[in-house]
Amino acid sequence: MLYSRRTMLFTAALAASVQFAGLGFAYTQELTNVSYDPTRELYRQYNDLFVKHWKEKTGETAKVTATHGGSGSQARTVVDGLPADVVSLALASDILPLEAAGLIEAGWQQEFPDNSTPYVSTIVFLVRSGNPKGIKDWDDLIRDDIQVITPNPKTSGGARWNYLAAWAYELDRTGGDEEAAKEFLTKLYQNVPVLDSGARGSTNTFVQRGLGDVLLAWENEAFLALEELGPGKFDIIVPPLSILAEPPVAIVDKNVDARGTREIATEYLNYLYSPEAQKVIAANYYRPRHMEYADPEDKARFPEVKMVTIDDEIFGGWAKAQKVHFADGGLFDQIYSPN
Amino acid sequence: MKRVAFRQPSVIPGFRLTFSFTIFYLFIIVLIPIAGLYFRTFDLDWNSFVSIVTGPRFIAALRLSFVTSAVAALFNVVIGLLIAWVLVRYEFPGRKVMDAIIDLPFALPTAVAGIALTAIYAPNGIIGSLFDPFGIRIAYTSLGIWIALVFIGLPFVVRSVQPVLQDFNREIEEAAATLGARRIQTITRVMLPTLLPSILTGFAMAFARAVGEYGSVIFIAGNIPRQTEILPLLIVFRLEEFNYPAAAAIAAVMLTVSFLILLAINLIQVWSQRRFGLV
Repeated sequence: MLYSRRTMLFTAALAASVQFAGLGFAYTQELTNVSYDPTRELYRQYNDLFVKHWKEKTGETAKVTATHGGSGSQARTVVDGLPADVVSLALASDILPLEAAGLIEAGWQQEFPDNSTPYVSTIVFLVRSGNPKGIKDWDDLIRDDIQVITPNPKTSGGARWNYLAAWAYELDRTGGDEEAAKEFLTKLYQNVPVLDSGARGSTNTFVQRGLGDVLLAWENEAFLALEELGPGKFDIIVPPLSILAEPPVAIVDKNVDARGTREIATEYLNYLYSPEAQKVIAANYYRPRHMEYADPEDKARFPEVKMVTIDDEIFGGWAKAQKVHFADGGLFDQIYSPN
Repeated sequence: MKRVAFRQPSVIPGFRLTFSFTIFYLFIIVLIPIAGLYFRTFDLDWNSFVSIVTGPRFIAALRLSFVTSAVAALFNVVIGLLIAWVLVRYEFPGRKVMDAIIDLPFALPTAVAGIALTAIYAPNGIIGSLFDPFGIRIAYTSLGIWIALVFIGLPFVVRSVQPVLQDFNREIEEAAATLGARRIQTITRVMLPTLLPSILTGFAMAFARAVGEYGSVIFIAGNIPRQTEILPLLIVFRLEEFNYPAAAAIAAVMLTVSFLILLAINLIQVWSQRRFGLV
């Protein structure tokens, strides 16, 4: 095959510009953010905001790519070699394997403010319009006439928050009786007719297939569902006590050092805490760490909830909670194998 | 008995080239990945291997996967035979279109198939809502899993039986009739023995595909432990826990069982060819 001279020249120029990109000849900085499913809308807006900010700050053009998928499988793609600069996953326990693989240095949760978590959410109940079964609190979920839809905590990060929120509720009610909490969760999961593998699958089962009386969901997912399906079909019930769901962010140290992107990656995550970004976060139904920057109408959406955190002594942090509850043969497995 | 010869003279040369390419190709595409799978299993000590493959959840999932796959493949044998018969023996408008439709389960991404089947067979779906008043649940039960497996396995039997049926000489049927065979005898003594090897092939392929199926089943199964949890899902659980050796162990057991079943089917095939003559 023959190439015209112009094509050859163009190719040579392209090759040269790629060569020198690292030396600052080309002005495009590329950044890959590996994230999980329900942040799709948030990061689409935030990336535009950040590209503008980076241009003003440095004069360089940034190109940010975000990938989305189940939190656990996203973590695995990075472990298996996807060259992500930053990760923003559903829970800290999905970042721990990256630390174990030597990609992220220990202490990443202190690298950025507020546990390296610029936004939080909580677990709420999505019920059918008018709340026909009168579901108000966690103990309604174990009633005989209630069917609960929640995904499998083994495969879904969001489902782990659901499970732990229920666990926290019963411990709080009984003053720390773990046997009672185990029994409570056994009863709860007996009311679960379908264990989907991911949060979006469960939303589908509840909304499209019409199965179940209540869906346990992230607050931001519940709002998104309401927005997409139109008001009047479902209601959001916020239980008096729930869990503080912290989806953390982290720099993938090994990759940014190899690619020379540490500076932009750091700024990308730092800027998430800026007033402008916090406002975008609130508009996308996540609770910003700095609620004062949110628009008043966004702010009004988030009712006060008493929230337990994963670092509370009842859980003892993710590494412990993961092992006690979700490891092979852990408490969640025991629910399904009596004795 | 024919003497076993490693190399047989042929009109077209090239044995060495084609044979060594075949071996090389099978090695890199099939054998090395599968060997890696078994190899990974050795990361486990014997006790943890045993506790993985004797756990009640594993046994329940194993039974569910293999039994529903076998029942679905058997069902596909009956229906596939019927469909192949209709397509080969009768002329009717739209036959070509129908022939093409058979292959659709091959073409559709399995997740799409799973979601579509769930939408139809869920309690509020078109078909599911007809059964719901009688207390019959289809989606989210083993019945739903079976339907997904029937769906993905359909083309295998039809496509393996069809060409044999096409080549089937009608004079043989007539000869059987003139020799006084009753219709049922013509079918059981003349036709079925000829078709048996291709039926077995179709069954084996549909079965093997069904055992490994994940994408479509996961949406319709409900995934309740010990009730509607399939074996490939247990593998995914172990992967989510970054427990690759345990995932490999489950896969290795699954592969071994499948291999033994396929080997048995092959032996039956050899036996039937010897018993009923060449096809």
